[in-house]
Amino acid sequence: MSDNISREVAEAHWSKTKNLMLITLAIWAFFSFFIHFFVVPMNNIVILGFPLGFYMAAQGSLIVFVVLIFWFAARQNAIDEEFGVAED
Amino acid sequence: MALSMKGDFTDNLGKIYGIYVGGFFGFVVLMAILSMVGVPDRFILWSYMAMTIGIYAFIGIMSRTAVVSEYYVAGRSVPAIYNGMATGADWMSGASFVGMAGTLFVLGYDGLAFVLGWTGGYVLVAVLLAPYLRKFGAYTVPDFLGTRYNGNAARLVGIVVLFACSFTYITAQVYASGIIASQFLGIDFEIAVFAGLLGILVCSMLGGMKAVTWTQVAQYIVLIVAYLLPAVWMSTVQFGIPIPQLTYGGALTKIAEYEQILGVAKAHVAPFTTYSPKDYFFLIFCLMVGTASLPHILMRFFTTPTVREARKSVGWSLFFIFLLYFTAPAYAAFSKFNLMGLFANAEGLQLAFTAIPQWMLNWGSIEGHQLVTICGVKAETVMAIQTACEAKGFVGGFPYAELKLNNDMIVLSTPSIAGMPIWVVGLVGAGGFAAALSTADGLLLAIANALSHDVYYKMIDPKADTKRRLMIAKILLVVVALAAAFLARTKPSDILSMVAWAFSIAAAGLFAPLVLGVWWKRTTSMGAILGMIAGFSVTMYYLIGNVYGFDLVKGTGDEISWFGVASISAGIFGVPVAFIVTYVVSLVTPAPSQEMQEFVDRLRLPGGGQMMIQGADD
Repeated sequence: MSDNISREVAEAHWSKTKNLMLITLAIWAFFSFFIHFFVVPMNNIVILGFPLGFYMAAQGSLIVFVVLIFWFAARQNAIDEEFGVAED
Repeated sequence: MALSMKGDFTDNLGKIYGIYVGGFFGFVVLMAILSMVGVPDRFILWSYMAMTIGIYAFIGIMSRTAVVSEYYVAGRSVPAIYNGMATGADWMSGASFVGMAGTLFVLGYDGLAFVLGWTGGYVLVAVLLAPYLRKFGAYTVPDFLGTRYNGNAARLVGIVVLFACSFTYITAQVYASGIIASQFLGIDFEIAVFAGLLGILVCSMLGGMKAVTWTQVAQYIVLIVAYLLPAVWMSTVQFGIPIPQLTYGGALTKIAEYEQILGVAKAHVAPFTTYSPKDYFFLIFCLMVGTASLPHILMRFFTTPTVREARKSVGWSLFFIFLLYFTAPAYAAFSKFNLMGLFANAEGLQLAFTAIPQWMLNWGSIEGHQLVTICGVKAETVMAIQTACEAKGFVGGFPYAELKLNNDMIVLSTPSIAGMPIWVVGLVGAGGFAAALSTADGLLLAIANALSHDVYYKMIDPKADTKRRLMIAKILLVVVALAAAFLARTKPSDILSMVAWAFSIAAAGLFAPLVLGVWWKRTTSMGAILGMIAGFSVTMYYLIGNVYGFDLVKGTGDEISWFGVASISAGIFGVPVAFIVTYVVSLVTPAPSQEMQEFVDRLRLPGGGQMMIQGADD
């Protein structure tokens, strides 16, 4: 029960959770915005007929988002278990 | 069947949907055989519609419920992967299914703003909101706002924003289902709208969220098969490999060659030919933040059994959405490649009047729409086209530049463009219909539940018993659906273009209070209420001011424009305003009570069970 969890544990848990949030959102921002600033030079690289800049917006970033959420869910789970605040 | 018994049903999900998928494939094969032995096309198209609506109605009726928590949150028993499929169907609207590939066809790279914007937002949902909202255990999004910012003022503002972003959206879904039904069944649009309405109500009226969840899973399967099959078909025919997402690089290369031959100035893969970089990135931002704020999406994550499942479920949701969105650019590339080939391989780079394919005339002659135009006229007959083109000086045929296709016809017409048989055409129609119905159902529940749970139960009659609450909920559901259908029947073009606004409105009105409510304990009720009002007002002011001006009439010259931002990205002003106002007002008002701070502390810890106890008989 959450009532039995001490303030220190709760705070340590939240600080790790916040760090994970910042890391995840940094990766999100990189693949949502930053990488697409360079679409013009990236389009000069063509792999299997795909210009790289086009590919990143059409497929690459999406794959990163899917993997990122599953990774985040697993990491957050590990944090919850580490501090004993996970669900039964 | 034991379908009406929840325990049995959720225990046997794999088996039940396994049989369903097998049955659905069997049905498609049956249609293929029937079409080969010469059964009339009309019969095949009607069979698809009747069969799919019949299944949804069956699931809807089997999932009827008299339990409040089943009606509002499907009894919180939906496993992550199934909730992911349901969210996928909930999310992908008729417009995504029908219009996305068309948008990419026309805009090329710039259209990818929608692909990115409508997927990346799920990262925000997973990290910032879904687990905490699930832990809280509300029935609706305004319910959370009303509790965190203790009082009905926050609840009411939340309801206003919810209504503003969801009602135009549902009208568009009813409209889309009417269009698809009228085209595939060959019936009048006015009647088809009510056929669509019927399809929507059978899924949701008897069983609320529980019924909608299980029909949405079924609808997801129909829509994804319908979307992938034509793309796989084209990929196999042209490149011999049935993975369109991998092979369309080849189509992109050919398109670039054709662009050279046909003298098309706007290259498909070149960025920023339609949008400026600023428009492009603002649009991505607004769509992403909007995704993370739309109540009908957030409430899907109230239905998982645990907080842990809620997080994982966001991953599955995005995976199932991704399957469609990473196919859309392939769809667009194959269609464009096929179409350009008609011209690039023709003599003198002109398509001869005698060689005009039948599908152009079929789609061109649909009444009330300009789906195909050639040389500036509606492509109804070869004679009409020839006359118009000859007047423009084109003899014998017309060039690529004179052909204009409407975005919304690309997906629905691609099977006929690529010469696929009628059973594929019918399948794609059923997929589009499933997409429109499932989104309409999610939106309908979001609106009707806010009215019945938040307005009626929490604000008007808190003593109402279970039976009365459910009755009110069902009546309101029908009323909202009828209102949307009557509005859709008038073909309100302005309402339809307002759908794109929903994302900016939701982002500006709801994102800041939801995120700060969890992540910043110091957020006060006054701060959140004023923040919501400020964000929402700024965005609405800009939307209306930018599109209509202050006399509310388009194109009279009094429209406003701040830094040249497009109306679709109006959230770019509202979101920061909401955050700043919430922050500043919170700092100048007294800190939330000790009790509220402890409430937020508990919200952040997954364990210990959900916080909101909804009443003994729920």
